Amino acid sequence: MSRRVVITGIGVVSPLGVGRGALWEGLCAGRSGITKPTLFDASGFATQLAGELPAEFSAKDFVPKHYRKAVKVMARDSEIAVAAAKLAAEDAGIATRGTLDGGAGTPTYPSDRMGCQIGAGLINAETDELTSALATSTNEAGEFDYRKWGTAEGGGGGMNNLQPLWMLKYLPNMLACHVTIIHGCEGPSNTITCAEASGLLCVGEGMRVIQRDAADITFAGGCESKVNLMGTLRWTLLSRLAPCTDTDAPESVVRPYDPGAAGTLLGEGGGIVVLEEREKALERGATIYAEVAGFGAAHSPPPAYAAIKTTQQRGADDRPGDGVRFAVEAALADAGIDPGEIDAIVPSGAGIREDDSEEVSGLRAVFGDRLDEVPLITLTPFVGQTVAGHGGIQMAAGALAIKNQKLPARIHKGTPASGLQAGESSEREAGLRYVLVVSSALGGQNAAAVLRRS
Amino acid sequence: MSSSLSKRVVITGTGWVTPLGSDVDSVWARLLKGESGIGPVTHFDASTCATNFASEVKGFKLSQFLDDPSPHEMASIGTHYALGAAVQAWKQSGLAKANVNRRRLGIYLGSGEGQLDYENFLASNLAGWNAEKRSVDGAAWAKHALATMTAVREIEQEPNLAMSHVAAEFGCRGPAFNCMTACAASTQAIGEAYEIIRHGDADVMFAGGSHSMIHLLGMTGFMRLTAMSQRRDNPPGAARPFDQTRDGFVMGEGAGMIILESLEHAKKRGATIIAELAGYGSSADAFRITDIQPDGRGATGAMAQALKQAGVSPRESGADGRPPVHYISAHGTGTKENDKIETAAVKALFGPLAPKIPFSSVKSMLGHLIQAAGAVELITCIKAIETGIVPPTMNLKNPDPVCDLDYVPNAARDLNAQGGVDLCLSNSFGFGGQNDTVAVRKFRD
Repeated sequence: MSRRVVITGIGVVSPLGVGRGALWEGLCAGRSGITKPTLFDASGFATQLAGELPAEFSAKDFVPKHYRKAVKVMARDSEIAVAAAKLAAEDAGIATRGTLDGGAGTPTYPSDRMGCQIGAGLINAETDELTSALATSTNEAGEFDYRKWGTAEGGGGGMNNLQPLWMLKYLPNMLACHVTIIHGCEGPSNTITCAEASGLLCVGEGMRVIQRDAADITFAGGCESKVNLMGTLRWTLLSRLAPCTDTDAPESVVRPYDPGAAGTLLGEGGGIVVLEEREKALERGATIYAEVAGFGAAHSPPPAYAAIKTTQQRGADDRPGDGVRFAVEAALADAGIDPGEIDAIVPSGAGIREDDSEEVSGLRAVFGDRLDEVPLITLTPFVGQTVAGHGGIQMAAGALAIKNQKLPARIHKGTPASGLQAGESSEREAGLRYVLVVSSALGGQNAAAVLRRS
Repeated sequence: MSSSLSKRVVITGTGWVTPLGSDVDSVWARLLKGESGIGPVTHFDASTCATNFASEVKGFKLSQFLDDPSPHEMASIGTHYALGAAVQAWKQSGLAKANVNRRRLGIYLGSGEGQLDYENFLASNLAGWNAEKRSVDGAAWAKHALATMTAVREIEQEPNLAMSHVAAEFGCRGPAFNCMTACAASTQAIGEAYEIIRHGDADVMFAGGSHSMIHLLGMTGFMRLTAMSQRRDNPPGAARPFDQTRDGFVMGEGAGMIILESLEHAKKRGATIIAELAGYGSSADAFRITDIQPDGRGATGAMAQALKQAGVSPRESGADGRPPVHYISAHGTGTKENDKIETAAVKALFGPLAPKIPFSSVKSMLGHLIQAAGAVELITCIKAIETGIVPPTMNLKNPDPVCDLDYVPNAARDLNAQGGVDLCLSNSFGFGGQNDTVAVRKFRD
């Protein structure tokens, strides 16, 4: 029998606050963390709300003393990751190089038995930083002049206005890189970049890494911030954001599964869970939130958008929602359970019509009429779409629901497609044995995980 | 649970798009002759760049590979390379005729991001620039960007899009992943795809990667790190791994793709098996963002795990007196640090047997294909097994005292008289401390 994997620590940084407590309290109280963005000037866009981390968030609070200098070369995405990982390690009650911070004691696990899988997005260079360099290399018409950029043959050396380590700030694997350096994880480490599915794919891969005995413990999840000019531009061009003013109520704007929904809102944040081999976790008396009992992944061409004349053509055999269906079926089979045993679902629930309809088709194919009886835990009205961060936050919410035997509130004011348990509701006690988590990406990647009460 | 850790995984297809061509056999012949793909940068005006040369793919057209390339027309160049490599691998595998269960056909790529829409991106930044405040005015930036940039060009930069295109073309409905662990990415993708099959989550996987960073900010990033050679007077001689005068790597581009398949599945359909993927090791340095762990233990660990999985002890010679590994495809970038530490790592693992193992870097000819490097280099190992010949490290004329292994300098070596090539390792190490090694061996039933 293969090794079993449990969640023993949760680290979340989201617009609802820093730490799993802030997430859970916000979800249960029905409080959205979405506001008018302050990190950039959104006035040129039709969407003027986003989910930002609390202003007091500072990565320095989560970085060991000797490593504080490195914060200067961290993009926002990496800052979120080092914070989430530190919170997860502390929550798990493990000692790592990072939690010990030069103090007495030894790490709970040897470094080569510690892994790290953190999903990330395409990190955009900070606009001011880059443009200040570009602006030194323009011609008389004010256009960028390639010949002024280099340092040879009479070039003006404009590129030297970028700090030498500039690129390292923006490599997606820097999230995992900083986390492995801080906590001393020398086992398998990966950076999965499949947009909204990244975080959950990382949890699945982390689970497999422990199952195949390549590590005993791993940091798994995802983090991202698209709350910036480039992120907002791209999602605007893709028609994925709901037009709104900064005085609109976010819960009226983001409306998962409402056929009249106008789009989603971006958020920043992420979640990292500590996955641990079950026997070892029990041995050290760890608190177990839930077992990751099953995982599945699948591809299917995503729905076509008017804005993207693509590529992603469907064959005659393809039905809407196939990717979701295949991933969920694989996860259920891996857990050895029937769909009838699932007590709640943490879905993608972006509030984007095409995506939501796709997801419901897939879930409907698995659950049939019973889908109407399964409560959906929808997160985007609270934190926005955090993209690579979403799967980690979903895992956190699913694990906390199981641990607390409670369903958090749903706040959005829309009218979900008939039958779905996705409309507004208060928090409530619930007997939750199995919770399904599902994430789907615009590129067609789908991931599903089954959490079991431990 | 369908887990069966004894499951064997074989390679039934290979394909690549490289600076020396886009056909496995003809490029292999050129590598054995020591030819270089390196020349002046033509993708953008790099004339004032300290590194104004690179290893570019030449004359590539997707229409050479696909009857109808139109669904992929707007994709990034890296995605085009991935498709070109995937078509070759798919054809060689014969899977088109096999009626594969698409839900058991997955894909794991280590493809990089697409290129920015430079013209409009640069202009939008400059349109928003307020020189007095030294910051970009968001509203002015947004106005310009919304008017000029397009949804398709933007989405095609997303790093999961290369795999989306390949999956769409071949109907993959199984597990689908893309990883970005810098220069280690496609080796890691192949390793993880192998584990997915071993675990029973798929029967067949596309695995590999694609990348092109031969563009303004890609080259800029590495120039600022002073990681690239600046030998402007001699581009074909610029990539000189393990040479005492090495001054950095040379940027390349391209794609490598293999088809991995469970042995059971391959046999059942009567496939021609090219080689067996025998092991995979992955580790993190957890040291510094810029530097490699000086003792090379991350690299040693990745190689050791891959060998362990292959059931081979690094310090035991075979019955024929030869070392346990017949060839190592080095990461061998040609940077001072990498080559020194990779050498130390090989010595630490193999001890007295290390000098007996041919250990070469095709980056001396192809340049560094960044995220695509590992997949392309694994295919060179497969060709070494098939032909019994190992490729050279070119431009190695001034031995470095700290690089004292057998780098197969300047000429390919025919090992058929010694019994050919059986087990090979392919190393890839990335910025950020990512180390990955895969072991590949001649297939024996």
